[in-house]
Amino acid sequence: MNDYPWNRKDLLCLYDLSPDEIEFILDTAEEFKKVSQRKIKKVPALRGKTVVNMFIEPSTRTRISFELAEQRLSADIINMSAEASSLKKGETLLDTVRNIEALQADLIVLRHSATGAPNFLAPRVRCGIINAGDGSHGHPTQALLDIFTIREKFGRIKGLNVSIVGDILHSRVARSDMWGLLKLGANVTFAGPSTLVPREFTRAGVRVCDNLKDALVGADVVNLLRIQHERQRSGFFPSTGEYAKVFGLNRESFKYIKPDALIMHPGPINRDVELSSELADGPQSVILEQVTNGLAVRMAVLFLVAGCLK
Amino acid sequence: MSKKIIYRGARVVDPSRNIDKVMDIGVEDGVFADPSSWKGAEIVDLSGYVLAPGFIDMHVHLRQPGKTDAETIHTGTRAAASGGFTAIVSMPNTSPCADNPGTIHYIRTYAESDGVVKVLPCGAMTKNLEGQEMSGIGGLKAAGVVALSDDGRCIQNHELMRHVIEYSRTFSLPILDHCEDTILASGGVMNEGYWSVFLGMKGISSASEELMVVRDIILSRMADWKVHIQHISCRNAIESVRRARSEGIRISAEATPHHIALTDEEIKRFDSNYKMNPPLRSEEDRKAILEGLRDGTITVIATDHAPHTETDKMVEFDYAPFGIIGLETAVNICFTELYHTGILTLPGLISKFTKGPADVLGLPLGSLETGHAADITVLEPDGKGVVDSSKFYSKSRNTPFNGYEYTGRAVATIVNGKCVFSRISKLSA
Repeated sequence: MNDYPWNRKDLLCLYDLSPDEIEFILDTAEEFKKVSQRKIKKVPALRGKTVVNMFIEPSTRTRISFELAEQRLSADIINMSAEASSLKKGETLLDTVRNIEALQADLIVLRHSATGAPNFLAPRVRCGIINAGDGSHGHPTQALLDIFTIREKFGRIKGLNVSIVGDILHSRVARSDMWGLLKLGANVTFAGPSTLVPREFTRAGVRVCDNLKDALVGADVVNLLRIQHERQRSGFFPSTGEYAKVFGLNRESFKYIKPDALIMHPGPINRDVELSSELADGPQSVILEQVTNGLAVRMAVLFLVAGCLK
Repeated sequence: MSKKIIYRGARVVDPSRNIDKVMDIGVEDGVFADPSSWKGAEIVDLSGYVLAPGFIDMHVHLRQPGKTDAETIHTGTRAAASGGFTAIVSMPNTSPCADNPGTIHYIRTYAESDGVVKVLPCGAMTKNLEGQEMSGIGGLKAAGVVALSDDGRCIQNHELMRHVIEYSRTFSLPILDHCEDTILASGGVMNEGYWSVFLGMKGISSASEELMVVRDIILSRMADWKVHIQHISCRNAIESVRRARSEGIRISAEATPHHIALTDEEIKRFDSNYKMNPPLRSEEDRKAILEGLRDGTITVIATDHAPHTETDKMVEFDYAPFGIIGLETAVNICFTELYHTGILTLPGLISKFTKGPADVLGLPLGSLETGHAADITVLEPDGKGVVDSSKFYSKSRNTPFNGYEYTGRAVATIVNGKCVFSRISKLSA
């Protein structure tokens, strides 16, 4: 039992995990991917377990992906959103979660706009906490599905050049990808407007580029992040039009990337801003495979975490 | 008949008069007096202890009136006494705000009946701390304020700030400024730097502090009046103060025990007891604070004691209010981090709590001089212990120092010759 490579009741941030733990989740996800390809897609792994999807910050794809993963594992599910909860009536997050726990819930999948909210809750409650995205801090299951997709295509992570382009400053995906990829031995590059790509990341071992070309040349994977219009309004860059010209991946900048490089995007895409439509739908794009793999990865995470509950 | 006490055998350290030796200290009817000719006075043997002028904390939030679930004058002054402080300057961000003589009168009245240490009220620079309109400074002075501040806020309008500084000179009221450019700092919850980038939290850049410190230096020079920088936290701001002081500008600065002991790396715990404003800064900034204390750029240590209820603090880090309590840990932390590390000598450290604040405030405090009120802090520089926040006198528990192992503590606090707190049998409160 001691050799079992997973003993966490929570999944909070990839920074906390060892390379072996990350590989173990990916291996487990491979098994669950096979389940999804069967005629009967449901397994009884979480039968009798109650999972609460607490989406304090709105989400569509992550929430649906988790919900489906839970259904495929035969869990009982409760869905909560901020609008419909007593958080609106002034109840604290901790009280809300303790009330849920009093109903003998086993797992909470938490999406929250405040950085560190899952880290704050995890040591204070008995049930397991899975981080489904917290502020600009982390989005571990998204990173795991990104890494799963890359590993599936290349058969390895070590030594690959992965460039992540866009609003790095506010991106939980970029941070989680970074930790996961660095731990598994990839070379990580960040690029985007210098107002949105802090130099401090070099201290973590990331290469930081101010221009798109440097990030594209030699990349095995290009992961484009959604550029949010709010950032333009707060003066980080002049316009989405200018962004698309200078930092977007399109027919113009496409010439710099290798013919076998993967194009990824965590979604939702702003077509023709960070990524041109033809490339999003082109042969190098694995964007929809990422979505498919997300299901397998989330089944694996739910399964492993549930196995460690006391 | 007058009451005479002689404190005998202690190492007496009074930086205001460069005294550091074993000698008798006489107190007659609550006032320091020369005991050389006294017969039949009560003798208190303090051999093995250090006797210093009463410690002053010139940055305290007592929360009364307005937020008495977090602290009151009753509990806050007891926390001060337990921490070795004989006088505290209360910040004006109460509710109602201390921008009018009525509120100052209320605070002083409560302090006299409920308080055990001296409460020196600080008045607001602007009405309701809004940074728009000067408060009635003459009336505040008449009501007994010792300084002016918009602490927690910072006047963004440079012209108004200029006028406040110039006008205050007439009333000999020093300005205590919380330096922060509010647009640059907007939405921030921790220091901007590697750790904010790593954790994905909105940062408060040190530029937001440095800009206003430099602004204050310029305005202080123009007005030729005292501006004191509250809780200075970053290297470049300290460097600016150092240069200004060398040019004779009437600028001074304080550092807090938490900025002395901790850095922004702690935020990775997501514990809101590490959330305050200005935020914990980088190790480079922390070292600059230590150097500023050592070379005399920073002459004051003040706590920024900011009580909050557990309910208010036990929330997501982003949503928690800024501030931690400090009265009952300041001496422990500073002896451990500054004296036992050799950064400051014993007189050097004691000066930051006595002569330093007394000079800024321009009050007859922080000295053992004959004729001054007999405010004394008795210290045990080698006394070891562990901080236990459950035993605090403060109503609040929001400290990151619970469990902190220290060497050095205050053992007795004497106000106007009366012992108000004691951990030793030779003195009883």
